[in-house]
Amino acid sequence: MAEPLFSVRGLKVALPDMTRKPLIGRAPLAEILKGLDFDLPKGSVTGIVGESGSGKSTLGRALVRLLEPSAGSISFEGRDISHLSEAELRPLRRDLQMIFQDPMSSLNPRHTIFSIIAAPLRQNGLGDRLKERVAEALQRVGLPQNFASRYRHELSGGQRQRVGIARALALAPKFVLADEIVSGLDVSTQAQILTLLEKLAAEMGLTVGFISHDLSVIRRLCQQVIVMREGRIVEASATDALFDNPKETYTRDLLAAIPLPEIDADWLRPKAPA
Amino acid sequence: MDDARVARRGLSPRLWLAGGWLVLALLATIFAPLIAPQDPLAQDLMLERLPPFWLDGAEPGYWLGTDSLGRDLLSRLIFGGRIAFIVAFAAATSACLLGSALGLIAGYFGGWADRIISRVVDVWMAFPPVLFAILLVAVLGTGLSSVILAIAIIDWTRFCRVIRAEAMSQARMDYVESARIAGYGRIGIMLREVLPNVLPSVVALLSLEMGIAVIVEAILSFVNLSISTDDPTWGGIIAEGRLSIHQAWWVLVFPLITLILTVLSFSQFGEALKARFDPVLR
Amino acid sequence: MSVCLDIRGLSAELPNGQRVLRSVSLSVQPGEVRALVGESGAGKTMIGKAVLGVLPKSVRIVEGDMLIEGEDLGRLDAKARRTLIGARTALIPQDPLTALNPSRRIGPQMTDRLVRILGWRGERADTRIRQLLDEVQIRDPERVLKSYPHELSGGMRQRVLIAAAFAAEPRLIVADEPTTALDVTVQKQILRLIAQLQRDHGTAILFVTHDLGVVAKISQKVSVLYAGKVVEEAETAQLFAAPQHPYTRALIAATPRYTDPYASLKPVDESVLAGLTAEIAAADKDWRPGHG
Repeated sequence: MAEPLFSVRGLKVALPDMTRKPLIGRAPLAEILKGLDFDLPKGSVTGIVGESGSGKSTLGRALVRLLEPSAGSISFEGRDISHLSEAELRPLRRDLQMIFQDPMSSLNPRHTIFSIIAAPLRQNGLGDRLKERVAEALQRVGLPQNFASRYRHELSGGQRQRVGIARALALAPKFVLADEIVSGLDVSTQAQILTLLEKLAAEMGLTVGFISHDLSVIRRLCQQVIVMREGRIVEASATDALFDNPKETYTRDLLAAIPLPEIDADWLRPKAPA
Repeated sequence: MDDARVARRGLSPRLWLAGGWLVLALLATIFAPLIAPQDPLAQDLMLERLPPFWLDGAEPGYWLGTDSLGRDLLSRLIFGGRIAFIVAFAAATSACLLGSALGLIAGYFGGWADRIISRVVDVWMAFPPVLFAILLVAVLGTGLSSVILAIAIIDWTRFCRVIRAEAMSQARMDYVESARIAGYGRIGIMLREVLPNVLPSVVALLSLEMGIAVIVEAILSFVNLSISTDDPTWGGIIAEGRLSIHQAWWVLVFPLITLILTVLSFSQFGEALKARFDPVLR
Repeated sequence: MSVCLDIRGLSAELPNGQRVLRSVSLSVQPGEVRALVGESGAGKTMIGKAVLGVLPKSVRIVEGDMLIEGEDLGRLDAKARRTLIGARTALIPQDPLTALNPSRRIGPQMTDRLVRILGWRGERADTRIRQLLDEVQIRDPERVLKSYPHELSGGMRQRVLIAAAFAAEPRLIVADEPTTALDVTVQKQILRLIAQLQRDHGTAILFVTHDLGVVAKISQKVSVLYAGKVVEEAETAQLFAAPQHPYTRALIAATPRYTDPYASLKPVDESVLAGLTAEIAAADKDWRPGHG
């Protein structure tokens, strides 16, 4: 396998725990990620799966350095980026992009779609031929050109998420973090968005971190999977190996809990006492 | 479905009524020398306490009657409106700029900036505002600029508190994070992502504040602390009207109605403007 | 035994004349689970709200009848209708957090309904609630009853609401996406509990969901909705074995399955959507708002 794009060692992230904030003074820190080691190979799609509280979103935000690790290191193309300042990160932003969960909240209601897609281009020295580049980005995600002058509220959920993808991919980044990008969408729209991302990732040779709570979606899209629980990695392996032969009980439980759209009279029977 | 409300685009009657009154009043004051039927300062003891036009004993040309010195009430109201509007625009705009800027910084940056600004606001709001205004004018001396300054100094906190809260909720939006991913710095994000979304509230508050400034100016004139006593002001006319309420009620009632209509129009106009902007938001 | 819930030709519209329910007919037999499945805007939640008499003010029912155990809701005055709905039905809501008052303890919130609506004595309500908490496998009822909603996990709150829904022995429960906000492992536990209590108490359930997987597991009958219209109605086993409507087939094909990744997640074909649009237009053509 090629040299990894990301190499993560002993990664810990601690965040202020607002539920335990005293009346006066700072909230105590709670360790969300408790030491993670893994590599993300270049040009692959990696699924990061877990239930709420597993720390999967925190991990994603640390990878694109919206959060700073409290310990350990994140190497991107061999360079340690774990403690770079905002200013030092700026030249890297072009290569580290993100697609958000809620396309409503991730698009500013006051900006046109053009302005939204053009923003990262302008900020990263690609402000020339702006019209052309935005048009290209829209075309790539299958949106008509006249959408450039529209606003968020004039789009459907699936169209909004296409804009989110167009914005992230406009810079041709090396890494894209997709954070639960279909969890708010209807199944029919979900299928469209996922097949679009699948196609673009293959065409552009993207490295993708695909955060999801849905193992069914991950199986289709990802080459390897990281299963997380309570801030630790439970199991990480190639997708087929994980699904065909899960090693950990937790992974098996997760798989067994997915209600597949097929009749299974035993599924709801209470577990036989062990 | 959630976007169905967007259709509501037209101007509401509220906007028309409130805006109409404000435009009318504003035009009247701007062209006061052309419009006012009489000289607002001209006294004529032969014409004292003339009633408004529909009552017996009214004189043509003195539509709303005269006060105890025989000065034409309508002309005094029109000229008094000049002071009211100058104070409203200047004081409200200053308070708005100061308060909104600080509120934006406190709300978006948080941390130390927020703690310091919020403390100052808390302390500020502990003063009773009218008393504070009277005190300030007493210290600064009377005059138009003192009144404007006093109102701005007192009322910036109103903007600061509301804009801070809105900026805080904006700061949690994904598009703010998305702008960081795009490579924007903090100031850039504040101006590009946060500011446009708090503007409707700023506009609504600004309009409301203009109404409040009109009231505060009237109160200051009422206690004779505004500008020189010669120039007519709404507060000054009300103060004089109070003395002759039994002989000439109109000298009190008309300026009060004018004042109330104006203040109400400002607040309604602001609300209507905000409502007009809002559907785009959701 | 009469039909538990019988909806006949129900249509509803918004003030602007937009039709949100299009002659919906469906029935729920005593003790059976009927799933209402559809994507957002399909009107599935609207039907649940209509049954419970809690439609938003802007939605107006323009025609059709609703019968609960043979009693026609349209023929009752407002008070009698409320009493009937209160006594015979209950709701398991989507979001257990907003369904509970954050500033009151769980205990009184659970007994409220029994005491106020059904006129039970405090003790009787209390005993009943404890019994139900046991049935939803809450092992420390004392602690839970004394807790505030935010002190419980999402799964725990949903158990509390399930217990509260079954406590008054309603004939019909409307479950409105009760597991959508939950993690999959918790969802499975909750679905198990609902199925268990449903069987034990013989309660009929109108189960609103967007997830065909959940439909397959919990229901015996299913109605597939699109734009406020029932496009297919079948026994659940029949629906998955041989879906009749192209839209149903497309929905099943779009639902992800880890067991068969490349046969699932199929985007819905344009021709299917065009067919649906034509069907809706045809349904609206002969329809006069406000008649009947």
